[in-house]
Amino acid sequence: MLHVKNLHASVAGNEILRGVDLDVGRGEIHAIMGPNGSGKSTLAQVLAGREAYEVTAGEVTYNGKELLPMAPEERSREGIFLAFQYPVEIPGVSNTYFLKAALNSIRKHRGEEEYDAADFLALLKERMKLVDLDPALLNRPVNEGFSGGEKKRNEIFQMAVLQPTLAILDETDSGLDIDALRIVADGVNRLRDPERSVIVVTHYQRLLNYIVPDVVHVLVEGRIVRSGGRELALELEEKGYDWLREGAVVGK
Amino acid sequence: MREHRGASESDLETIASREYKYGFVTDIEADSIPAGLSEDVIRLISAKKGEPEWLLEWRLKAYRHWLTMTEPEWANVTYPPVDYQDIVYYSAPKKPKEISSLDEVDPELLRTYDKLGISLNEQKRLEGVAVDAVFDSVSVATTFKKTLSEKGIIFGSFSDAVKEHPDLVRKYLGSVVPSSDNFFAALNSAVFSDGSFCYIPKNVRCPMELSTYFRINAANTGQFERTLIVAEEGSYVSYLEGCTAPMRDTNQLHAAVVELVALDNAQIKYSTVQNWYPGDAEGRGGIYNFVTKRGACRGVNAKISWTQVETGSAITWKYPSVILQGDNSVGEFYSVAVTNNRQQADTGTKMIHIGRNTKSTIVSKGISGGRSNNSYRGLVKIGKNAVNARNFSQCDSLLLGDRCGAHTFPYIEAKNTTSRVEHEASTSKIGEDQIFYCKQRGLSAEDAVNIIVNGFCKEVFRELPMEFAVEAQKLLGISLEGSVG
Repeated sequence: MLHVKNLHASVAGNEILRGVDLDVGRGEIHAIMGPNGSGKSTLAQVLAGREAYEVTAGEVTYNGKELLPMAPEERSREGIFLAFQYPVEIPGVSNTYFLKAALNSIRKHRGEEEYDAADFLALLKERMKLVDLDPALLNRPVNEGFSGGEKKRNEIFQMAVLQPTLAILDETDSGLDIDALRIVADGVNRLRDPERSVIVVTHYQRLLNYIVPDVVHVLVEGRIVRSGGRELALELEEKGYDWLREGAVVGK
Repeated sequence: MREHRGASESDLETIASREYKYGFVTDIEADSIPAGLSEDVIRLISAKKGEPEWLLEWRLKAYRHWLTMTEPEWANVTYPPVDYQDIVYYSAPKKPKEISSLDEVDPELLRTYDKLGISLNEQKRLEGVAVDAVFDSVSVATTFKKTLSEKGIIFGSFSDAVKEHPDLVRKYLGSVVPSSDNFFAALNSAVFSDGSFCYIPKNVRCPMELSTYFRINAANTGQFERTLIVAEEGSYVSYLEGCTAPMRDTNQLHAAVVELVALDNAQIKYSTVQNWYPGDAEGRGGIYNFVTKRGACRGVNAKISWTQVETGSAITWKYPSVILQGDNSVGEFYSVAVTNNRQQADTGTKMIHIGRNTKSTIVSKGISGGRSNNSYRGLVKIGKNAVNARNFSQCDSLLLGDRCGAHTFPYIEAKNTTSRVEHEASTSKIGEDQIFYCKQRGLSAEDAVNIIVNGFCKEVFRELPMEFAVEAQKLLGISLEGSVG
């Protein structure tokens, strides 16, 4: 459902992605691992359409459509969800209000009826259970004053409400203690669906103990240098990334 | 392949450029006097309105004082000199001599107000809001007059009040804003043509929102209205004010005066949604909104709240203030001021603490886009007898883009050591990361800015009466509307 071919992208003139190839099938979970600065987050942001990154070459098709010409909001409405590494605070705007506006704009795009307040609240209550979200957070402003763990949990909660077809989790594990990590991972697992693909971007393999990927890719210096099964993540944990840097051999 | 530009900065630029929906002109026969200002013009206005001698004298005194005054230059705004001889000081739609019901109001006028979303037809009007409609220099209609009069409430045009309740008008006119108060107040006192008058008798809680809708229509005409609200002991009133004007290339002057008087245990809540034509993107045309608004808490436990949402006008110069005379009296000022393109706003408040245990709260939210300039200017003055006076001020500025300006000028004068004054201020720029976050959740750039700005203004919006809050949010949406490029 997602095909990335020879993707190059740069920010402020520095090339970060140097020819990424990636194929994600429907319902699959892919992990993208790599050392700091390898371009993992850039890939996540480019797929979501962040304007600060300039795509200089390559092609991306998503559900048979050209992804790169789409504006970020179109991508979202087409079912792409990015769980942010650093979720953004929006003071004065309640979580509920924000999510309702988001969901309704996505539903409108699909030609579905917009939710009214009562139906929406019922939906929220149901989805809240997936991530053990404190109901008090619903009426608080988006991410404002949330702890690091609450912010990450709120991202997964938003994912549960918006029901994307492709979810990209950008270092969702960073800054989480082991309990919070488990809650977030459980939430993602409950959202596993044959129609939903997930890309997990992470530096450490510990998240993959909870969210078990079908394929693991290693991104080094803007290219995927190795792909494999789950065992690749364990190998990385043991050996680190340095052995993959030399020569940057592409292997399957 | 198509490249994705760094859209966020230009998104903000275009969103900040507005479309003005109320810019149409009503084609109606008007009774206007020639441009120019002199004692004769003032006599003519007074004669046209059939005013008593004392009022003419009051006007002339104000005019003579005005001649000795100079236009204030301390505000953080710039504009070419106004030619006061080039303004038409009186313009009124022609009408049959006496109007007793709406059937006799020119249908063109009714259509104008319908187009503005203000139905003067009581059946169609929102339950619980009485409206006084002021068109150019005169009040054209007041709804629900009868319902209100059953409670002893007087609500209608200033001109009618001068005729029907001269003692009340004479007692309170100029008692809060003296005719010599400042340059624009003196000018208004000399030439004011109409406005609203409202009187709430003792221990009456006004059963509906009272509202005045101001519309400037005629070209080269100034609007100089006066509003006077008197709340007797133990009474309560919530008053709303809305304003629009056609789009014109030339600047038009609006110099109003609003006076509020709250006696013992009385409460006045005054809300404004000001949407005068702001001028075009290059700064051509638009209203100069030079307004003096002041309330006096004369009695103990009196309370006056100003809530304003200022989105229009080329230049705004206004400082709705409260004089806290009565012990335990309370003054509040909640403000959202939006400036875009070349708009300039210098607005804020004055809280003058005189009585003991007086309290004031100031919450000001300034939003600037385009090449606009937005200043908060506020004075908190604590007199020597104001034992235990308290003030809390919060001034937040939000910048859309990097060519606009936000400024804060807080003045504090405290002459009593038992008083406590707190001031908080912040300036932030709407973040590219916030907008991207919203877009990633499916919202358009416009909706994103709208949601972020509305969140920023929330503390003020929640002070507005319900229907007005909805209108204000929509207005903010329109103000920030534009095609995203």
